[in-house]
Amino acid sequence: MSNPQELKYTEEHEWLRVEGDNAVVGITAYAAEKLGDVVYVDLPKVGASIKAGTVVGEIESTKSVGELFAPADGTVTAVNDAVVASPELVNSDPFGDGWLIKIEVSDLPELLSADQYTALTGE
Amino acid sequence: MTDARYSPLHDLHVGLGASFTDFAGWQMPVRYDSDLAEHHAVRERVGMFDISHMAEISVTGSQAGEFLDFAVAGKMSALALGQAKYTLLLTEAGTVIDDLIIYRLGDEHWLVVANAGNRFAALDALKARVAGFSANVVDQSDETAMIAVQGPSALAVLESTVGLSLSDTAAERPQTTLADLKYYWTLPAVFLGHPVLIARTGYTGEDGFELYIDSTEAAALWTALAQAGEDHGIVPCGLACRDTLRLEAGMPLYGHELTLDIRPAQAGLGKVVALSKEGDFVGRSASEQDLPADAPVLVALVGDGKRAARADYEVFVGDDKIGIVTSGALSPTLGFPIALAYVHPSHAAEGSVVDVDVRGTRIPFTVSTLPFYRRKKD
Repeated sequence: MSNPQELKYTEEHEWLRVEGDNAVVGITAYAAEKLGDVVYVDLPKVGASIKAGTVVGEIESTKSVGELFAPADGTVTAVNDAVVASPELVNSDPFGDGWLIKIEVSDLPELLSADQYTALTGE
Repeated sequence: MTDARYSPLHDLHVGLGASFTDFAGWQMPVRYDSDLAEHHAVRERVGMFDISHMAEISVTGSQAGEFLDFAVAGKMSALALGQAKYTLLLTEAGTVIDDLIIYRLGDEHWLVVANAGNRFAALDALKARVAGFSANVVDQSDETAMIAVQGPSALAVLESTVGLSLSDTAAERPQTTLADLKYYWTLPAVFLGHPVLIARTGYTGEDGFELYIDSTEAAALWTALAQAGEDHGIVPCGLACRDTLRLEAGMPLYGHELTLDIRPAQAGLGKVVALSKEGDFVGRSASEQDLPADAPVLVALVGDGKRAARADYEVFVGDDKIGIVTSGALSPTLGFPIALAYVHPSHAAEGSVVDVDVRGTRIPFTVSTLPFYRRKKD
């Protein structure tokens, strides 16, 4: 699955759809593929303040555990209850219905473009 | 570090889009698409696994049976022609070098199947123990491929595989057809003129078969099985689902539940050690000693919710660390977390409640019984 051009990416395999001060965050198709079938998602609470680079959630597959790193400083404004109830959305639609959290961004670090991220993963 | 080893079926797996993982130095398929879908396929229909990384060791000679009786924990000389047995290779201290399946293939011929990671440990132990016996130990791992067909439709798949048929000598066996073949028995077969050993064994908790064939013929057999399986919804299955399937079935995995530090009785495998057989065997005198009163014992744990206890997570009662998880997953079939753990015997009774430290959070688990999953017999 190719990485959408309109998204920004982190080296920790998150994607962000930045719209003004807000961003939708998920993990990339590459990360979902490496994890295998996702069976449990643990997300931060709405209202939690998060700091870029810190672990704010967990994504468990049958075989392993992946950590969700905050991609920016900010405050969590929404979590995707659908993905908590149906974690397989992370595999089936990682850039769409498998989104994880929405944040109000207070400080956005430098992020990767789709081409840079694609080069990073070598796929 | 040696170079990665590849199954004779590797190119087929690449063509099927497999993701690979290192397993005991082998690059083996971990999944083809979805390990959950592969798991469910084996429970509900049928799946096929390349397990060519397993080690095959031939033992022949006029004293082959006596030798094996001395070298391993079970009485292999008592096996009938075509019969198989699960057994253990022990140290003098009575701990586990490997768990094995041994097949009797002739009057003076047995086949020892060892774990890939223990190929040389098993081979070395057998070669050291054969001194003084008129028997030969020969490593056939490189020339032998192994394909498992597992699931309720496994029999139907084998029966409809083009080019695969039983050998004439199958008519002389106690069970003469695949349909009649009992669990842990084998029949000799041929595939396009090449010998195949078909065993009704497996590592999934389902009905199924394991097929042994020369590496050079393995790709053709895999393809024929896959074609026969199409009508039954067969899917190729990787090691990820092999692990969740065996865990649900309560089967130990060497390196997790069995190690050089573990005695069989701790793992609930005391009966596999045939203390009643005549004569000495390696590990006998140690096995005759009772376990120390505080020796950890293997228990089955089940939890609520969805968070899995995984290998190496610590087990607590209150502030006391009382054990360690050896395998664990969110059970795909059951929908709740299951785990195997070694715990202090005072907390091993069914119904005991313990906490597992899941990455900083204590999650309660209850001691249950094995297996977690048992297939319905028809």
